[in-house]
Amino acid sequence: MSTLTSRRMLLGRIAAAAVLATALAACGSAPTPAAPGGAAGGDGKLVMGFSQVGAESGWRTANTKSVQESAAAAGVELKFSDAQQKQENQIKAIRSYIQQKVDIIAFSPVVETGWDAVLQEAKRANIPVILTDRAVDSPDTSLYKTFLGSDFVVEGTKAGEWLVAQYQGAAAAPVAVVELQGTTGAAPAIDRKEGFAKAIAANPSISVVASQTGDFTRSGGKQVMEAFLKSQPKIDVVYAHNDDMALGAIEAIEAAGKVPGKDIKIISVDAVKDGMTALSQGKINFIVECNPLLGPQLMDLAKKVHAGEQVPARVLTEETTFDQSQATAALPERKY
Amino acid sequence: MGTLRESLGERLRRSPLVLPAAALLVLLLVNVVVTPGFLALRVVDGHLFGSVVDILKNGAPTALIALGMTLVVATRGIDLSVGATVAIAGSVACTWIAGASDPTDPGTALVGIVLALGLALVLGAWNGLLVAAFGIQPIIATLVLMTAGRGLAMLITDGQIITVANPLFAELGGGFLLGLPVAVVVAAVMFAAVALLTRRTALGLLIESVGVNPTASRLSGVRARGIVWGGYVFAALCAGVAGLMISSNVTAADANNAGLWIELDAILAVVIGGTLLTGGRYSIGGTLLGALILQTLTTTVYTAGIPPEVSLVFKAAVIIVVFLLQAEKVRALLHRRRPVGERVATP
Repeated sequence: MSTLTSRRMLLGRIAAAAVLATALAACGSAPTPAAPGGAAGGDGKLVMGFSQVGAESGWRTANTKSVQESAAAAGVELKFSDAQQKQENQIKAIRSYIQQKVDIIAFSPVVETGWDAVLQEAKRANIPVILTDRAVDSPDTSLYKTFLGSDFVVEGTKAGEWLVAQYQGAAAAPVAVVELQGTTGAAPAIDRKEGFAKAIAANPSISVVASQTGDFTRSGGKQVMEAFLKSQPKIDVVYAHNDDMALGAIEAIEAAGKVPGKDIKIISVDAVKDGMTALSQGKINFIVECNPLLGPQLMDLAKKVHAGEQVPARVLTEETTFDQSQATAALPERKY
Repeated sequence: MGTLRESLGERLRRSPLVLPAAALLVLLLVNVVVTPGFLALRVVDGHLFGSVVDILKNGAPTALIALGMTLVVATRGIDLSVGATVAIAGSVACTWIAGASDPTDPGTALVGIVLALGLALVLGAWNGLLVAAFGIQPIIATLVLMTAGRGLAMLITDGQIITVANPLFAELGGGFLLGLPVAVVVAAVMFAAVALLTRRTALGLLIESVGVNPTASRLSGVRARGIVWGGYVFAALCAGVAGLMISSNVTAADANNAGLWIELDAILAVVIGGTLLTGGRYSIGGTLLGALILQTLTTTVYTAGIPPEVSLVFKAAVIIVVFLLQAEKVRALLHRRRPVGERVATP
């Protein structure tokens, strides 16, 4: 969710060119009547314009693939554009979707603010909008139908609840937790910390004894964990805000002559392939999924919105949690 | 002329190394006060284990890059592309190892390392070409590779984090030699080699002369272009080795984050060490101290439990104090406060 790269720019440009090409083709072939909420594609297929943030991480790539594949599976004609992490590109893409009179617009906003004008245009053109993965900050909630995405607080809560369940009924010996936070100020870091803290409050013997940022990276997680292993007299549990930091912590724990997963329990969030591999090897104890594969849910919502059905204003991504045996079972099919 | 004791005191006071060394000592003292066992060392699984070992190991890549940067800065240059070179070196090595038929084979790791360092040398030669041959301003010439290089690394890794499981490759960043981290041994050998080469031969003098006045140096027969070029090639080699250390330390190549902003840390280490950005006089020992100060600061933040929200402010404050103490005017002010009798006449 951070930097943009020239390779991605190139890919983005190719994607943008492809969108332009389809747009031109659409203009050239059959100018369709502008029936309110009507189908733009002449064959009665639902047409969706989707504007993606970019392709800055493996998570995002998996997210894009999921949207494209599930659109094909659901028989939805997808017009996809990659914004290369620039808001102006997204606004341009949304305007072009409005001009093409697509049936529905879905997008993951690059930033939270500055969407009112273009979403107003979509509303006036009677094209419903669905937000995915990230929210927009606008007082006018009528600008979009629904927001589909993860709830990072819930992810933190799930992690905390598992830990509380582990020590349920045990003697009230203090349990020392160290926390590896994500990038300071990032929404997932703030929310995952908050949810976890609330959940572990249920058992007063569990406490977070140290908490530092590892910047969501492996080397960050490793360096912080190395320092914790020296400054903390006793560490029972590591709670990492993502898998990469947990993987770094594993290496630090091993270098300290301890066994990750046994001497020190590890909880993490994301469930990317490397994390799941470590979980199935017993080096991580529990992973809360942060699911990028929201394509099927998005297509489902799009069809409902198009049919005029009421949908909830906030839809959570279907997310699960994995313990070690579940990870072993799920690993062969893990795509990202 | 004063007595030997006086001249020693005078030399100490004027030595650019005294302040960085004092700052490092103070930082370590603060750590000992906050975390009593900070300097404690013990042996775990046959290798040394302790916070000091962490500082040396995690500081090794920055120190190495700062070493190369020192020579570039001494010739009036600057190299912003070292962070990108770090990412490229790690990406090349890990992608090669992960794509090999036997990813755990020591030979595969060696080929990957040679490939990565070879590419680093090519990148350094490119920087040197732009600066020494075409006369482009160093900050602009290396900015090209700083921006494009990370993209190149992403191209190599396909934007994914490449995890490798090669025992030999893992040794470089995470392994131990004679109880010490391999990264520390490698960095120490390179520092010693450069110190010997530049202080026991005329090379150091030539570098300084190019930094002080390139034209005059050239007119007096010094191959200024060759020396400037060599500086960039060596800086890229250091960055390549550092990149291998960083990726080996986590047994993965992260083209997005590996070596991100490390060029700024390296420049900071060089400046803390007393080398002037205007070129000329440089100090390899000072650079080493500078890099250790930066890493000790980071470790201090972690062990002392300084909240992440304020850690950057804490680091900035410490660095500002170090720079203020180094500033000529502030030093003059401090000296004036001393009792008259203790003052030594300055020329």
